Amino acid sequence: MKPRYELCIEIGEIPILVHTDSAEFAGMLHDRYGKFVVGRRAAGDPNIETPGRGEQRAVEYEAEDGCEPESAAPRDSTFNLPVSSFELEVELLPPGMMSDAEEARVRLEGGRWLMERGDFRAECDPEQRRGWVRQSANPYSIDAVLRMLHSLILAREGGFLVHAASAVRNGRAFLFAGVSGAGKTTISRLAPPDVLLLTDEISYVRKDRSQDSGVGSQESAVGSRDSKVTNQKARGGRQNEDRRDPASDGVLSQTPETRPPFDAPLTPGTRPLVPAFVAYGTPFAGELARIGENLQAPIAALYLLVQGPGNAIEDVSQADAVRSLLQNILFFADDKELVQMVFQAALEFAKCVPVRRLVFAPDARVWDLIG
Amino acid sequence: MEAAQIPVFRFGYMSPLYIARSNEIAARQLGDEMIVMSARDSTLFSLNNVGLVIWQAADGRTSLEDIVKDKVCAEFEIAPEEALKDAENFVRELAGHGIMRVSDKPFE
Repeated sequence: MKPRYELCIEIGEIPILVHTDSAEFAGMLHDRYGKFVVGRRAAGDPNIETPGRGEQRAVEYEAEDGCEPESAAPRDSTFNLPVSSFELEVELLPPGMMSDAEEARVRLEGGRWLMERGDFRAECDPEQRRGWVRQSANPYSIDAVLRMLHSLILAREGGFLVHAASAVRNGRAFLFAGVSGAGKTTISRLAPPDVLLLTDEISYVRKDRSQDSGVGSQESAVGSRDSKVTNQKARGGRQNEDRRDPASDGVLSQTPETRPPFDAPLTPGTRPLVPAFVAYGTPFAGELARIGENLQAPIAALYLLVQGPGNAIEDVSQADAVRSLLQNILFFADDKELVQMVFQAALEFAKCVPVRRLVFAPDARVWDLIG
Repeated sequence: MEAAQIPVFRFGYMSPLYIARSNEIAARQLGDEMIVMSARDSTLFSLNNVGLVIWQAADGRTSLEDIVKDKVCAEFEIAPEEALKDAENFVRELAGHGIMRVSDKPFE
């Protein structure tokens, strides 16, 4: 009987059960994903280990390949996973069988998601929620597959992964977006002790499914004046005048000092800001080389990072907010419907969550402006 | 039609070009800016006011020459030949990413 090892890696409340025949690979995953491994089981061990939960459940284990274990019994969904969970079978290949030259690519073919890069091939049936991965015994390939899979799952429900650090302060999440070198890890390193880091590299954003996320937040949304319009085509046209963005409903943006508390009514007759999006911790670390806290919090703001001589928060137009967000969202699929969903998610996010530019010098005083 | 196949066009010398917005996109106008994302390769385009005029006029039945003459030159202070050359380059780039369709005949 082939040994079997299973780990349940849960990110953003989306569990993915990974199956492998390799004890070493299973151990590698367990070490890498730490507190995001919510359950694991080894061959011949009828118990599930649920790290941090302190309880074990005796389960029946069914042998494979026609062999009968001593206590044969139908296999239970032993992790008690929700119906919506995914399962991946990992087949390990000898090193050198795949090239590392290709870029990542995802396409939809025959109703299945095909994910590939030089170092792995993977397929997943989104309806059956099952798939496989072929790779060598390294953590980077499975890491990329997990990111791709989560980005596809999130796209279908209006969420996304984004190149952003994120942290929780006073019960609210703040995202700091930017490409490599923008300062995501720097601002993460500068965080004071009361800040809980969700990630320094890839933030996980889902719609808040627990509340009515209707737009009571327009009054506090950023999206006000900006005199500059991005111009990708140089010719012609009047200079754009300093004008309000129509999407802001004519309301001036507020500074951290003048903005009322997060949950307070802004003006008589308006609804308080309702959390519409939630950020989750992820194990996807950047240069900090440290996985995030396995927490979630409603998103209070997204900051577009720009390094500068001092610390300041600046308004951005709705167009700049959406464009910058789209430029930082991780998405790989060549699929029209999913691209449109991701686009729509960015529009909705920028409508509901304040998006601002954060100019910051590399010192801890920047955190005086946050939260 | 791929971008590389678009013929060079000068006023009165060759068959007119017709352009139509692709439906393999996601797009939204925010203020004076049109943000367009290609569903083919997720490339993001941000169209300024001139690009927006061409984009909105790309109905598949109006030639690029007419769009430039009637919409672009009429509204902005650009010489017609220069405007058309820029417009050709513009639609060529968009067509290369599957955002715009181009043809030497009107689209049905």
